[in-house]
Amino acid sequence: MTSELSALAVRGLTKRFDRPAVDALDLTIRVGEFYALLGPNGAGKTTTLRMVAGLLRPDAGSVSILGIDALADPVAAKQIMAWVSDEPMIYDKLTPLEYLEFVAGLWGIDPRTSERSAHDLLVSLGLEPHLNERCEGFSKGMRQKVALAGALVHDPRLIILDEPLTGLDALSARHVKGLLQERVRAGCTVIMTTHILEVAERMADRIGVIAAGRLIAEGTLAELRAQNGRNDTTLEDMFIALVDTEAAAA
Amino acid sequence: MSSVAHLGWFARHEFRLAWREWLAMMTGGRRRRNRAVIGLLIFAAILHLPAYAVVNRYAELRFPLDPSSLIVLTATIFLAWALMLSQAIESVTRVFYARADLDLIMSSPAKLTNIFSIRIAAIALTVSSMALLLSTPFIDVLVYLGGPRWLSGFGVVAAIGLSAAATAIAITALLFRLIGPGRTRLVAQIVSAVIGAGFVIALQVVAVLSYGTLSRFAFLTSETAAHIAPAPDSLIWWPARASLGDLEIMMLLLAASLVLLGVVMAVFAPRFADTVARVAANPAAVTRGRARAFRTGSRQQALRRKEFLLLRRDPWLLSQSLMQMLYLLPPALMLWRSFSGTSTAIVLITPVIVMAAGQLAGGLAWLTISGEDAPDLVATAPLPPSRVTRAKVEVVLLAIAAVFAPLVAALAFASLQQAAVTAIAIIIATASAAAVQLWFRAQAKRSQFRRRQTSSRIATFAEAFCSIGWAATAALALTIPIGALISGILTLLTLAIAWKISPRRA
Repeated sequence: MTSELSALAVRGLTKRFDRPAVDALDLTIRVGEFYALLGPNGAGKTTTLRMVAGLLRPDAGSVSILGIDALADPVAAKQIMAWVSDEPMIYDKLTPLEYLEFVAGLWGIDPRTSERSAHDLLVSLGLEPHLNERCEGFSKGMRQKVALAGALVHDPRLIILDEPLTGLDALSARHVKGLLQERVRAGCTVIMTTHILEVAERMADRIGVIAAGRLIAEGTLAELRAQNGRNDTTLEDMFIALVDTEAAAA
Repeated sequence: MSSVAHLGWFARHEFRLAWREWLAMMTGGRRRRNRAVIGLLIFAAILHLPAYAVVNRYAELRFPLDPSSLIVLTATIFLAWALMLSQAIESVTRVFYARADLDLIMSSPAKLTNIFSIRIAAIALTVSSMALLLSTPFIDVLVYLGGPRWLSGFGVVAAIGLSAAATAIAITALLFRLIGPGRTRLVAQIVSAVIGAGFVIALQVVAVLSYGTLSRFAFLTSETAAHIAPAPDSLIWWPARASLGDLEIMMLLLAASLVLLGVVMAVFAPRFADTVARVAANPAAVTRGRARAFRTGSRQQALRRKEFLLLRRDPWLLSQSLMQMLYLLPPALMLWRSFSGTSTAIVLITPVIVMAAGQLAGGLAWLTISGEDAPDLVATAPLPPSRVTRAKVEVVLLAIAAVFAPLVAALAFASLQQAAVTAIAIIIATASAAAVQLWFRAQAKRSQFRRRQTSSRIATFAEAFCSIGWAATAALALTIPIGALISGILTLLTLAIAWKISPRRA
């Protein structure tokens, strides 16, 4: 598969801190795909995604986003991409609408388009009663929803989410999942890390498992089951088996 | 565990927390206890030199004093009390809002009245200890030069520390009752700032209006003050008499402060739990914004708009701006007076304004450059980091211009040359403060502003020295131009050293 056809193409991506956090990682994600990146704590998932989002400079390797070299032209790559971290980072003293206005302004979106879309997004996430309240009193779940709305307001073609469902109640989680699936159906690509394996199992088109900075397994659920040699096993069992095998090999 | 042992255990816990909080403030959160203690001892030893310079001529003072000396001494003690009260109000507010800790305490089976009594005592002890620490070099010098009678100064410091803490608790608790938990945090911050600076500023205002000088001692040492001062046996002079070595009065003051603290503990400790529960139930009052249409503009404009909006809504900035305005009140009054006649004292306005601009710019620069609550969002936005930085620096410059332009314009009516020098110095001081913040930039939450000094001591000192340096340079430019050249070069050198050792360069 060439990088022009991929939403994300990562080649030989490497990052070292005191030890290798990401170790010559190759990863290809197709346009319109919902991709779940799984791995134990400290496996290198967040580091990988932070490098893709342009928040961290890799030591080596290349990152291509819809054909744009993200290291050579980060501004162009960022224009079509959105990042949501596990810790919702919003401004306490802004209201959700003001926050979304700021995000849309940063991405240079026409206010006539972004205002309508901001309103619709916040309403669809159940934040209608709080549109003009400052975020300082919001719960973590509400903040996460505002951050997610911020990521979607500029209509990105690639959405990268690091543990987006943490802290959300069941109803909110369903709202978020619905919104993401809707975006995927519209042709957007979603990459998500999660520790909730049922979510990956139900939502992801393909799943990648990363351990010690390397991709140790990848495929659809059926492909992973086939690789594992058991058709009735759950993703949780496969994940634990894969990680244990990798740890034993190391 | 018996209830007494339990109280003792909780008291130890409180003091350990207070010690660690202080240590974190001193070391910037890094584990350097020994270095912090050694640093503090060296600092205390060095502090004896300026203390000697300030108090050596007072070592032989004895009661009865002449009215002017008595007034100055009493005013100094009152100022110390006001500063301690300001510090204590901040400590009490922090205790009210430290919810994680309070949730644990309130969910425990311990008797809350006892626990909050200890907490009140811990606040009083922390405030008094800090005051004792700072006053020790001065009292040491007085004891060395004037004899052991000056040791009673420690008793006076403890007494004013305890009474300041008691008053702070009463004020904050009353604020809770009057305006509710939602607004108390901001109002307490403003009250604390006004109390801390209000007394000095009031003295300066009186001095400007009556004597045409910015010296706060002008009024205190005047005939008028001596004339209206009460008789020497008045209670008002007790703190001064106690600090001059009257042991009996010192013991009475100490006892009165302890009684006051006891009364406050008895009255407010049982209500502390209710107050805290109200805060917990209402962590932040719902503040509603106005719904309005999204605005057009470039990406940098969006950034600038966001920064201005956040600055406008920042409680710290609100109280600091109020402080700046208060500090600028005496020079503004002096400016107004100078229109009615020629006065060389008007030159003094320039360094005051430049210094205030430098200080405010430092705070603003930290809030806009380092205090970014959504760093990932800004970093993943499609615009180069240099443009983000430029937009943030522009916000600092524009905010300073908005605050100080009216003063410079007023100054232009009195002296065009002085207005030009002041304006240039304000720009340079603001640019220097922004540059230091850029070089020593450390990602932080805006709410961490109170501790910004601990993240880099070098940045704090560089910022302070630059704002003092540019203020001095501006004043000298108006009086001794060659002096301005030297002062300017020294200030540039300070900036160059700061740049050389800054992490940005490394």
